[in-house]
Amino acid sequence: MNRNLFGWGQADTAAKPVAPQLPKPPEQPYTSCPECKSLYLSEELHRGGGVCPVCNHHLRIPARARIAFFADPGSFWEFWPELQGGDPLDFPNYVKKLTQARIKSGETEGVITGECTIGGNQTCIFAMDPGLMMGSMGSAVGEKITRLFEHAAEKQLPVVGFCLSGGARMQEGALSLMQMAKTTSAVKRHSDAGGLFVSVLCDPTTGGVMASFAMEGDIIIAEPNALCGFAGQRVIEQTIRQQLPPGFQRAEFLLEKGFVDMVCDRRELRGRLAEILRLHRREAE
Amino acid sequence: MRAYEAVQAARSNRRPTAKTYIDRMIDGFIELHGDRRFGDDHAVIAGIGLLEGAPVTVIGIEKGSTTDEKIYRNFGQANPEGYRKALRQIKLAEKFHRPILCLVDTAGAYPGLGAEERGQGEAIAENMYELSTVRTPVLSIIVGEGGSGGALALAVADEVWMLEDAYYSVISPEGAASILWKDSTQAERAAECLKLTATDLKSLGVIERIIPTTDLAGAHMDALRAAVASKLREKQALDTYDLLEERYQRFRKMGGDFQ
Ligand SMILES: [Zn+2]
Repeated sequence: MNRNLFGWGQADTAAKPVAPQLPKPPEQPYTSCPECKSLYLSEELHRGGGVCPVCNHHLRIPARARIAFFADPGSFWEFWPELQGGDPLDFPNYVKKLTQARIKSGETEGVITGECTIGGNQTCIFAMDPGLMMGSMGSAVGEKITRLFEHAAEKQLPVVGFCLSGGARMQEGALSLMQMAKTTSAVKRHSDAGGLFVSVLCDPTTGGVMASFAMEGDIIIAEPNALCGFAGQRVIEQTIRQQLPPGFQRAEFLLEKGFVDMVCDRRELRGRLAEILRLHRREAE
Repeated sequence: MRAYEAVQAARSNRRPTAKTYIDRMIDGFIELHGDRRFGDDHAVIAGIGLLEGAPVTVIGIEKGSTTDEKIYRNFGQANPEGYRKALRQIKLAEKFHRPILCLVDTAGAYPGLGAEERGQGEAIAENMYELSTVRTPVLSIIVGEGGSGGALALAVADEVWMLEDAYYSVISPEGAASILWKDSTQAERAAECLKLTATDLKSLGVIERIIPTTDLAGAHMDALRAAVASKLREKQALDTYDLLEERYQRFRKMGGDFQ
């Protein structure tokens, strides 16, 4: 912490770009498509963006593989890779669970943040990681996303965000809930400063992330068949005491209801993002 | 007070609802209905009135007291149109420089089919987004249940106060227990873990003030009226830039400073 002359101050939140770590080799060397059961070499599948070539199913891929797929080669610089949360509520088993997830995923927190170019367009980028407690939003996840929007506002850069989260991180209680307000406030400031935010909804985007920055994009793109909703399906079924219609809360359902701008195949998304960024380019003043 | 006692007290049928606070604290309340988009959500009461002689916008999540009322109010679980109804009043308050008082009492946003079709996530996000920079003071009071995002949608404020026997949580204790121990009857234990009481939340920096509740007849509301009026006057005296900067920093520091 930087302390000023008065002995009190704020944490130094400035971005210090660091070369990203290499992705951890996939834990399972082979991945089978959950839809059609075709078997793939995990690394090859991730390199191809994690879309099954047989049935077009969009698999969940690690955040680092996602950034590698979307960022121009060698363009990604990571911010705050060391930042990690603690156990503010002294919650039973949280430290153990988090430590196991860290070892398994090779990530310290549920989101990776940084800057890169996409099709030559400079942008801030974040990607949430399914391996770290399904991208749930603890204080550190909220902090990294907040810092990224603050950085983007200052540098007049757009933000491309890959949302993938089961929602709040229960083990951090109300502090997790407050990250919805904290990130939202930063997204709003970035927007008021004229910044573009493209939110990409990946499978799944639910709960507190769906009800905050995921739905605050100027442009919202959903991946095919991604589950995106606020309430959990089991809770809804228990409440209304009936079965949910097929396709409920899926990307195409959101498009039909008018809540996303488009559903885009991951293999075409890179080009689409590049076009959108180019159309919003702010010429140097 | 033990965590689960607060949860039970917050859910008690005999507890004053948002409407009781409005009747007791606000003079000449005029209720304003509808979101101008879809309908009028009865789980949300919104309108204008006088608080110690000064115009104020009041938005409350209302559970109802009798069984018929509870059904009419959807048990205080708002649909997206309820949040959008609130947002319309937030915008009007900004236009006419009226401070906003939110009275929060909900188990959570309604988890229904229609709610999802009409964008429950978007409605909550949009309210927080707009409240974060609304150019008028906002004070939110958790008067009963503060159930997750459905409560936070009306609690992005300059200060958040809580009744001493209210709770505010990211998930219901039953929900947490069923995830943690696959057993929703362990709610009492889960409530302790979630640190959801007013005392816990004050020490975590999530709320500013704890309101003592003297009795169920609501004598505390008279003291509360004076405290709210004084706080809103104090915030209204601030320069808009300072007001918004303080609101930003209020949330900015939550969860630690990550040196
Ligand atoms: Zn397949």
